[in-house]
This record gives sequence, C-alpha cells and structure tokens, in this order.
Amino acid sequence: MAKSHKPVVWFPFAAGGTVVAFFIPVIALLTLLAAVGHVPAGLQYDQLLAVAHHPLGKLAIFSVLALSLWGSAHRLRCTCFDFGLRIDGLVAAVLYVAAIACSLLAGYALLGL
Amino acid sequence: MSRRPYVREVPPTAWYFRHPRYLRYMAREVTSIFVGAYCVLLTVGVLRLAQGQASYEAFLQALQSPASIVFQLLAFAAASYHAVTWFTATQKAMPLQLGDEFVPGGWIAGAHFVGWGLLSAAILYFAGVF
Amino acid sequence: MKERTVQLEVLRYNPDTDSEPHFQRYEVVCQDEWVVLDALNEVKETLDPTLNYRWSCHMAVCGSCGMMINGEPKLACHTFLRDYPGVIRVEPLAHFPIERDLVTTPDDFMEKLKRVKPYLIPKKPKPLEAGEYRQTPAQLTKFRQYSMCINCMLCYAACPEYGLSPHFIGPAAITLAHRYNQDSRDGGRDERQEVIATQEGVWECTFVGACSEVCPGHVDPASALQQVKILSCFDWIGEHLLPGGKK
Repeated sequence: MAKSHKPVVWFPFAAGGTVVAFFIPVIALLTLLAAVGHVPAGLQYDQLLAVAHHPLGKLAIFSVLALSLWGSAHRLRCTCFDFGLRIDGLVAAVLYVAAIACSLLAGYALLGL
Repeated sequence: MSRRPYVREVPPTAWYFRHPRYLRYMAREVTSIFVGAYCVLLTVGVLRLAQGQASYEAFLQALQSPASIVFQLLAFAAASYHAVTWFTATQKAMPLQLGDEFVPGGWIAGAHFVGWGLLSAAILYFAGVF
Repeated sequence: MKERTVQLEVLRYNPDTDSEPHFQRYEVVCQDEWVVLDALNEVKETLDPTLNYRWSCHMAVCGSCGMMINGEPKLACHTFLRDYPGVIRVEPLAHFPIERDLVTTPDDFMEKLKRVKPYLIPKKPKPLEAGEYRQTPAQLTKFRQYSMCINCMLCYAACPEYGLSPHFIGPAAITLAHRYNQDSRDGGRDERQEVIATQEGVWECTFVGACSEVCPGHVDPASALQQVKILSCFDWIGEHLLPGGKK
C-alpha cells in the first residue's frame, strides 16, 4: 500500500480545529449578543465594513472562515463513517466541495469590498 | 479438536453505545455539525455585508428569530466543547520535551486555556463589548 | 483473610460443539485480595476444568491475560475482585476472533506487528569492536514511554476504528513503529513510513483516545499516533511541495 495523500485534507483540518477552538466560541458570543438586540459595535455595518476593507481584515476573516469550514467538513466526514454511513467517497466529495464553495463565495465577496 | 474461530461483528451504526467513552468521543465529533452549520451562517453574513447596508441590517435582524437564537446557543456550546477537548488533547499531539523531561501535559493544556481566555477577551474588547 | 462468593459470568465457546458463544455462570469462593485471574484459576481447579484462557506471569508483564471485564479491556491479573461488587462478566478480548472460551486469535495483530519492523534498523552497519551505542538521557526520554508496550492488545480491543475497519494497522503496532523512529540509534524510519503513513496505517485513526485509556503500561498510543500524523504531514510537504522532494 502506497503512502497516503491524507495530509492534504488532514493538515488543514488540524489548522481548522485549532482556529475553531480559539475563535468560534467568542464569535458565536458576539452574534448571540446581536441576536438578543445588543449589537456589539464591532458588528455594526460601518465598523465591520471598515475591517473588511483592510487587506489584513479580509485575510483574517477569510482565514478563520475557510479553515473553520474545512475543519468542520473533514470531521463531519469522519462522523458520517462513525454513524455507519459506508459511502465515504461521496460524503467526502459533498462536504469538501461545500466547504470550498462557501470559502470561495466569502473570498469573492471580501475581494469585492 | 478443530479450529473454527468465531468472529463477532461490530454493529456499524450502534457501536458507540457500548461504552461511555465512545459516547464522549461521538459528542466531540458531532460538534462539527453545529460548528459547520454556524460557519455557513457566518459565510452568509459576509455575503450580506458585501451586498450593502440594507442587506446586512436584514441579516442582523434575522439573527434575532427564536430559532436562530437556539441554533446559535447550540453552536456556541458545541464550539466551546470542541475547544475544551482540543486544548486538552494538544499535549498528546504535540508533547514538548525540554532537556531530559517532558513538560507536564497540564501545563500545555493550561497555556492554551489562558491563551484562549486572553484572545477571547481581546476580541470582545475590540468589538466594543466592554 | 476475608472470603467472598463471587458471581462470574464467563463467555464460553467450544468450536467442536457450539454454533455461537454463550454465557455460563460460576459461583466462586474467592479471597478478598484476589484478582479476576485468580478467580478463573479457582474455577478451572475446582469447578470446571474445561474452561480455556491464556495467562502466564500473573504480574502485568507478559500481556497474555487480556480480556473484557464488564465490557472494559483489562488484564485479568491486574483487575481486583474487590473493585467489582456485583456479577463480573468476563468475555474474550473484543475485535479478535474467539478461538475457544476466553482464548482469542491474535494472528492479525502479530502479522501487523511484523510489518512495522519493530526493531532497531541501524543507520549504517556497526561492527562489534566499534563499541556500544551511546544515548543521552534526553534521547532515551524521547521514546522510553513507547517501549513499555507489552503487546497485550487491550488497545485493539478498545479501538472502535479497528473494530469497524479491521485492516487498520492499529494503536500498538504504529506506536512501536514510532518508538523506533524516535530512537537516536535507528535509521529505519523511511521503511516504516511506507507501512504506517498509509490509509490503513495511521490515517485510519480518528483520535478516539480509548487506546490510551485502557493501556496497562501507560504507553499512550493515542499520543504516538497523533505525532505520527503530524510528522507524516511534514513528510508529505517535503516530498510534494518543496524543491528536491522525493516524488
């Protein structure tokens, strides 16, 4: 059996898992504040737009989003197998394509700002 | 005497009920459903932001529906649980040897938790929460 | 010394007469400080000489008496009766075929163990006259923990991914490969990577962590496998993305 190319999907998964751990809880806290009517200043249109206008802001938003999406997609793929879904190829294709599509959409939107 | 080894099949869809540690593992893995869906929500937010103020304000408004709040609470819980398991496991994936000894795993986990707390506080501060 | 009557529920399987395994209950008079293996020996000596199980050292060194005790992979010689107030259910190690009663077929593990070359492969031949290999305490620390494996296969019985995908090389074998890869005297990592950096190797692992929880030698296979994953990623980058890579 040849050496696997799994690092292509696993390395970004490991990075994504770390990004999710550090960033998603606090981001969820911010959107929750917005959801209960106390929109934090940072989520106001003008402020968030200013962040997204800055090249580093674009990079940060894109990196957090793309890596988190990938990390979740890969883990979900393994979870499907663990739940007994024995069509790993199809599951992997659907989830990875979905993660890449979302990342590209977000990246395209950010570049247009 | 004959050899006739008996093979016990592992139930492919229900094996994780066999032991609490498997359920803990599945809980960790299932967080990816909520975190993944929440990331899609964030993607939508970025798209709405790019579409202009009215579109983005409508997105913020839509966040306020009860279903959305419940979903975000689940996503927050899932992401936090993921974070705890992730930081606790880092010592296994990346043990640190200084000289003749390994740095105690608790220190590595502790350093991650402190970093997580500081980073979260900094983000909340810059977002104007306090 | 206190005595207690222990209810043992043992999975029996006789390949000559049984179509499938079944539980048999024994009431055994035991000393309070006995381990499960002592109780099994008592059954064999006084109640039922047909009971089959493996054991040898009775001191958690040989790794022969691994079995499921109340659903948990355990060494029978290392599991005290006093920790189990109720009926004690004893089954052969999970994920291995049952040969007879509590005796399982370890062939699959043995074959995998051989495949990962768990022995020193010197970087270059060294004649005896050249003297011994020297190692600093730091170099020893790097792999010492992984050399504590006694091949008891409890980690295979605990690993759900091995149960679901039996081609998985599994925790102990990959950990032993890592043990030699980490050894300053060894030069065989490239050979072993061909075996363990494969889909049926380390990439079948999803870091359930059960292997480390049941390991009687505190080897921590889960840690070894995550390290192998990370190092294999660096290998892949070196081989495919950097100039001068191998492939």
